[in-house]
Amino acid sequence: MVLAIDAHELIKTYPPDVRALDGLSLAVRAGTIFGLLGPNGAGKSTTVRVLTTLTQPDSGSARVAGVDVLADPLAVRRAIGVVGQKHGADPEATGRENLVLQGEFHGIVGAQLRARVTQSLERFGLADAAERQAKTYSGGMQRRLDVAMGLLHRPQVLFLDEPTTGLDPEARAHMWQEIERLAGEERMTILLTTHYLEEADRLASQLAIVDRGRIVVEGPPEQLKSDLRGDRIEVELADSKDAGARVALERVSDLTEVKLEGRTLRARARDGSAAIPAVLAALDAHGVKAASVTLARPSLDDVYLQHAGRSFHRADSEHEEVAA
Amino acid sequence: MTAARQTWQVSLRGVRALLRQPGYLGITLTQPIIWLLLFGALFKAVTRIPGFHGGSYIDFLTPGIVVMLAISSAGWTGMGFIEDINGGVMDRLLVSPVWRGALNAGTVVYAMLTIVIQTTVIVLLAWALGADYKGGVGGVLILVLLAGLLGAAFASLSNGLAVLTRQRETLIGAVSAVILPLTFLSSALMQQNLVPSWIRSVAKFNPVNWAVEAGRSAAMQKIDWGLVGSRFALLAALAVLCAIFATRAFARYQRSL
Repeated sequence: MVLAIDAHELIKTYPPDVRALDGLSLAVRAGTIFGLLGPNGAGKSTTVRVLTTLTQPDSGSARVAGVDVLADPLAVRRAIGVVGQKHGADPEATGRENLVLQGEFHGIVGAQLRARVTQSLERFGLADAAERQAKTYSGGMQRRLDVAMGLLHRPQVLFLDEPTTGLDPEARAHMWQEIERLAGEERMTILLTTHYLEEADRLASQLAIVDRGRIVVEGPPEQLKSDLRGDRIEVELADSKDAGARVALERVSDLTEVKLEGRTLRARARDGSAAIPAVLAALDAHGVKAASVTLARPSLDDVYLQHAGRSFHRADSEHEEVAA
Repeated sequence: MTAARQTWQVSLRGVRALLRQPGYLGITLTQPIIWLLLFGALFKAVTRIPGFHGGSYIDFLTPGIVVMLAISSAGWTGMGFIEDINGGVMDRLLVSPVWRGALNAGTVVYAMLTIVIQTTVIVLLAWALGADYKGGVGGVLILVLLAGLLGAAFASLSNGLAVLTRQRETLIGAVSAVILPLTFLSSALMQQNLVPSWIRSVAKFNPVNWAVEAGRSAAMQKIDWGLVGSRFALLAALAVLCAIFATRAFARYQRSL
């Protein structure tokens, strides 16, 4: 197994007393999309800053593309592409000028650089806007330019720090397609940080949940979700307060956490779709009429709640309160 | 080779911005033009003070204004970095394999180019007002070059300060606090034998005075090669030291991230 990123026990503190990374370790296999999911302030961006050589950890070690970030930062910079949270393009320069500057810094020059810049502008749908200043671009175009700049020198490892934050749904969908294409066709290693559960679920083949500077759980999204107690079954009863309903479901093997709230009966099943016929049969046998039955797969929200001990949105807003 | 190439690429950012808005240069020239006209009128009587032997006051004043222009123009160089830091451009530059020295040197080269254009305008304007360049074109070029070197040192200082403090206000404060004292503690406006002796002593260590005296000797008087050579060497050394300071500031900035 070739590791594109291999970080051990990273610790980083900021004065006066903020422990942004608290012993974070991370292993990313080459050629995969690795999602780093967590609320604002969990330590995702600090992790990216350390791995991209922008800053140094207080302690711990990390290798990116096989190179030690502390011992040879220059070699790491040659091997990586970075799309930061903020726009990295010079707003006063045109799209083309920004790409040329990026190429020059990576030692690509002359006809090769010109060809690659033109190709990149076309690929990211910026050919018509190539000679316009980046500050005139829409949010989605700026983001595409950022990604184009991060990819121009064909890096081995690409860091995407919250690539879709602030984008409208359409631009976000485009960005997702582009990221999927990169991992699929180009077999690039991508470290993606996000605080959108949906984004991590869709893009990442491997996922780590970060909370308070540590990784609390790691695995493929599907596995993380199936490690929970299973699917959620919700039965909407036709008659309110049908006490027999709860008793009926408790008899069905494979169901746990059976709860009745008003007319809604909730339960968990390891395999929800297999349990539904038994649920309906049991209700029928007790003479309970069901108005509707819904089945929900566990979400990453549930995973987060399980491992971080608080709901994702709560953690997000707690951080904002601290920040404010 | 790579270093020079990267430096020039960084300079190009400024050059392109200037070409897009050449009018900006006009705005930066209003202040030195006002100095030239105002100080020229205000201190006209200086030439009648016994012991003054500088010829007409505009002859005496022009090198002073040229050097003052160079430091005030170069002082704002760091503003670009503060914008880069706030906008996210700086972080992207720093995760690329670009040589940190080129990030500073590139903006310094651009600052020097601007200074050359600005001072040329002022030199021509002073000429129209009657300044007599006894040193000829060569002498004027030396004056401009010395001003550019001093400007290079100030541009690096400004960059270093910008990267370390990341605050516009600090830079504005520093530039405003420094320009007038450094100018008054030199022979930019007043001949040295007519100022208190403590100012004369301080002026010996004032880089602004190095540039003014050597530049005046080259452009306005019979050139004193010893003076020009030694001041040139001092200013070049200062420019290099300031460039090292600015380049090292990036590492300090990165540690704080």
